[in-house]
Amino acid sequence: MLDLLNGFVVQLREAGLPVSLTENLDAMDAVQHIPIEDREAFKYALGATLIKNQAHWRSFETVFEVYFSLRGPEYRLANSDGDSELDDLWREMQDASQEGDGRGGAGSLNALTPEEIAHLLMQALMQGDQALMKALARQAVQRFAGMEPGRPVGGTYYLYRTLRNLDLDGMLAKMMEAAQQQALSPGTSLEQRLEREEFEHRIAEFKAEVEAEIRRRLVADRGAEAMAKTLRKPLPEDVEFMHASREEMVSLRKALQPLTRKLAARLARKRKHGRKGPLDFRNTVRHSLSYGGVPAEPKFKYPRPAKPELMVVADISGSVAAFARFTLMLVYAISNQFSKVRSFVFIDGIDEVTEYFKATEDITEAIHRVNTEADVVWVDGHSDYGHAFEVFWERYGKDVSPKTTVLLLGDARNNYHASQSWVIKELNSKARHVYWLNPEPRSYWNTGDSIVGEYGNHTDGVYECRNLRQLEGFVEKLA
Amino acid sequence: MAAELVNRFETVQQVRDGLRDLDYLADDGIAGVAYLADRLGKPVLVEGPAGTGKTQLAKSIAELTGARLIRLQCYEGLDESKALFEWNYKKQLLRIQADRDSDSWSEIHDDIFSDEFLLTRPLLEAITADDPVVLLIDEVDRVEVETEALLLEILSEYQVSIPELGTIEAKQIPLVFLTSNNTRELSEALKRRCLYLHVDYPTMEREREIVLAKVPGVTESLADQIARIVRSIRSLDLKKAPSVSETLDWARTLLLLNIETIDETVAKETLHILLKYQTDIAKAAKDLSVDE
Repeated sequence: MLDLLNGFVVQLREAGLPVSLTENLDAMDAVQHIPIEDREAFKYALGATLIKNQAHWRSFETVFEVYFSLRGPEYRLANSDGDSELDDLWREMQDASQEGDGRGGAGSLNALTPEEIAHLLMQALMQGDQALMKALARQAVQRFAGMEPGRPVGGTYYLYRTLRNLDLDGMLAKMMEAAQQQALSPGTSLEQRLEREEFEHRIAEFKAEVEAEIRRRLVADRGAEAMAKTLRKPLPEDVEFMHASREEMVSLRKALQPLTRKLAARLARKRKHGRKGPLDFRNTVRHSLSYGGVPAEPKFKYPRPAKPELMVVADISGSVAAFARFTLMLVYAISNQFSKVRSFVFIDGIDEVTEYFKATEDITEAIHRVNTEADVVWVDGHSDYGHAFEVFWERYGKDVSPKTTVLLLGDARNNYHASQSWVIKELNSKARHVYWLNPEPRSYWNTGDSIVGEYGNHTDGVYECRNLRQLEGFVEKLA
Repeated sequence: MAAELVNRFETVQQVRDGLRDLDYLADDGIAGVAYLADRLGKPVLVEGPAGTGKTQLAKSIAELTGARLIRLQCYEGLDESKALFEWNYKKQLLRIQADRDSDSWSEIHDDIFSDEFLLTRPLLEAITADDPVVLLIDEVDRVEVETEALLLEILSEYQVSIPELGTIEAKQIPLVFLTSNNTRELSEALKRRCLYLHVDYPTMEREREIVLAKVPGVTESLADQIARIVRSIRSLDLKKAPSVSETLDWARTLLLLNIETIDETVAKETLHILLKYQTDIAKAAKDLSVDE
């Protein structure tokens, strides 16, 4: 048991989750009070003692599933002869590929044709029959995924193969139809909508079941340690902007909101509890009058740092669009920390988009308008930093004052156009600060058509901003 | 630790059933962590969006165990004298002036720093109580990071050190709940001493049960519809998703209006009970009326 838990904690640490020694001890303590057969309780006991941040829960869950997937209740948790159980499943998989051998409740399913399976699945989904859905998920993986032991393919490949054979999108439409036929009167649109959502929810559940089944089989094949490495998901704050999948984007967006709230609270506090300044002579003398002229209560001048004015100039061409979007969202979410925020976007032409953010409270909508309405294409819609900067200087250069901080966002991949880096030099002499944020890893800078070094020479600093953590760090420093 | 650890609960299931009898529907995680907190004698840090029953959990546990609830509401600027203890200096002054001549200085000195002149504040009160208590430290994320340190001694050792009196140890280990709305990251030191529980919006099934339990007179089908619509609204990208308490308000409103089934118009007209931002309401109304 001790070894088992220790191994688990090592896996968690490798996944980037901070687990301290005392938390480890707590976990050991906690599992003694939990009936060991109860898998859910076991998971929550570990979660409550080891994980202290909601954003880490998903990573924890994945590691848990992988690590304990073969040590679940049906395989008797923490049993010393866990290896033989592993062998059983292994053998079973071998058998399954040769002949359809019976296996508990799912056994009778083996004889069915694919059409019958699809039909059964539809019924299970419509009635929300959990047990049948589970059995079908197993059957589907066994039949369609075509898993071969030792084959070096990722889980997503098998998932794709299984789901392609089941055609779940078509299933949804069919289910809606069937539900309407069953109902006596055609429901209102609201009812239909709720019905559809219910079905979508169940299908998502089924997909998760299939995924878990595939994972279990992969673990049986390759061993838990190897799988934990391949399945590890980065924490939301470590996801790279430039390579985020759609799913990761959603989790990023979710992570951004509490982050901005925290950041705003922290900055407001910082401003309020400012450092002590020099002695305020006048104020001290005035207060000394109540002590008969003895300056018993010294008064200090509290510095009131001026809020900076911000100009954000962002490249929104394909590869770096996500990065620009997140930075704009973050900047506007804490815009009350700045006296004024103006934003400009460009690809090879440049356009001011401040108005979009002023017009609505909803930042997501404003970003959407930026992407669809802003006039940023000049010739061919390939990044041309030189031209964009030139136009920026011409049109808005006069608005740059010594109070302004200019923020330039982009990877500086200029497609070998003229750099016009004199604009940055001019900007730097006029503005308070000029910073460049680059979403590319530092090792890629100045390779190929990237000329970030040339621009960077004229700025106060070039920062690598590959993920939310780095972006947050920079913005905090800025305000 | 001076105090003995007393087990209040036998099994996780017992916690769950007990809470259910009090109309608090706990899921596996909530009941499990409450049970563990009792067994390990550790505080629980409850985090989650506003209005998901974090404070109510502490109240219900107190009711379940028949304990007195002591509540410390945190706010910015909370300090030792309001959270831990304070010397009743007016009384001390009176004591000194009352018999100026009779006592020697050392007697007075010993006398005025005794229990009699100590004003207990919630944290100290929870420690010194003879009867069973549940300590609720509400919205702990509102205090400054420095003030958090005040809590550390009491959370890990269940004791309070008073310079003039020495260390006061707990007579019994109270159940402690800390709630946080996550407006800022709590310090590692605090988190390390607690069990962590995240209370999220309930699943649709649980929400339906909650509506049925908390709103007397609501029919099954209406509760089902309410839960489904609320889930649908929560899936939108909103500034503030409807909380459980708002769902309950909505259910009560619908009941008052004698509505048995919800259709689009009813839903749209009563949206302002669920949502508190004009942009959110507009968005939800638009979304509900669009159908494929």
